[in-house]
Amino acid sequence: MVLSDTAAATAKSATPMQRLTLTRSLVALLTHEEAVVAGIGNTNFDLFAVGHRPQNFYMLGSMGLAAPIALGGAVAQPERQFFALEGDGSLLMNLGCLATIASVAPRNLTVVVWDNGLYQITGKQRAATGGVTDIVGVAKAAGITKSVWATDEADFTRLVMHALTDDGPHLIAAHVDAAPGAARPERDPVLLRDRYMRGIGAVTSRE
Amino acid sequence: MQWAETVLANLKEHNVRLMTYVPDNMLIPLIDGAQADMHFTAFTATREEEAIGIACGADMAGMRAVVLMQSSGFGNTINALASLAVPYQLPLLMVISERGVIGEYNSVQMPITRAIRPALDALGIPHVTLAREDELHFLSHRMIRQCFQTRTPTALILSPLLTGGKTDV
Repeated sequence: MVLSDTAAATAKSATPMQRLTLTRSLVALLTHEEAVVAGIGNTNFDLFAVGHRPQNFYMLGSMGLAAPIALGGAVAQPERQFFALEGDGSLLMNLGCLATIASVAPRNLTVVVWDNGLYQITGKQRAATGGVTDIVGVAKAAGITKSVWATDEADFTRLVMHALTDDGPHLIAAHVDAAPGAARPERDPVLLRDRYMRGIGAVTSRE
Repeated sequence: MQWAETVLANLKEHNVRLMTYVPDNMLIPLIDGAQADMHFTAFTATREEEAIGIACGADMAGMRAVVLMQSSGFGNTINALASLAVPYQLPLLMVISERGVIGEYNSVQMPITRAIRPALDALGIPHVTLAREDELHFLSHRMIRQCFQTRTPTALILSPLLTGGKTDV
């Protein structure tokens, strides 16, 4: 598939997509033990809901750090693809990470932004992305040139397939709904961390 | 700088390979030393909590990391320490260069430096202050080892007594 900047959508889709459906579509494409780091709240609730994978890392806090955690993983394991799933509100807290990702430029990192324009989990207060801020424009200006809006569910699938084979870093943003997260992962940080480390072949540190 | 060579040698001995940092004058010999050494991958983060996220992500993927920051930048780390490094039991190694003491000329550097050790204590993060060349190897070697063997976030604080500090021009 050929995908150029000119072919990619330049704006958020008018109609929101279902975050749960897109999460399911993403995970269905992961056939090579790709790592997925899911940010706080509904982002990781939906990732867990579509079926736990050993390569999933669920964040119980640390708003805005999904992409940096995935970046660290991508640097440590250059042969594995890493995905960061982050809500728009979380990413707004830490826009600087987009500049770092662009500078470090890992080939194996894709940031997926679920943009519903809201701080959904705290009561659906409107975020800047629900008004004037275009997160894809921000990412492009930060230097992540392969930053695109998904136009619909089929387009999102195409974009993920492209990111899996084309050198990154990539950022894929999707206008999503504000449906409540469908399930909850365990709230045991050591369990979540240990399972993820084993899932991506990083043995627990021992000297 | 002998102190920086000692710290870098101890980082290498413990196979710390990633250095991510928000720069500071006192950290220059560590940063330059790592940049010049193929053993290390070293790059800046835009903010200290971002650096902690990167370091924690690398550790979970099997690459040991160190985060460098100035004392003022420690103020940007608290939520990342409290909600990621500490509860997930990640061996986050921090090197904090100390402003705000022993000849400081900028008053706004002083309050956060007073808060660093109480904040680390409150979070249960072990720390040592590196002030003397004769203790440097033992303290840094043992604390880096403890950090990774026990998967405990750990802070090495660089005193102006060691680095020379920064004075007004």
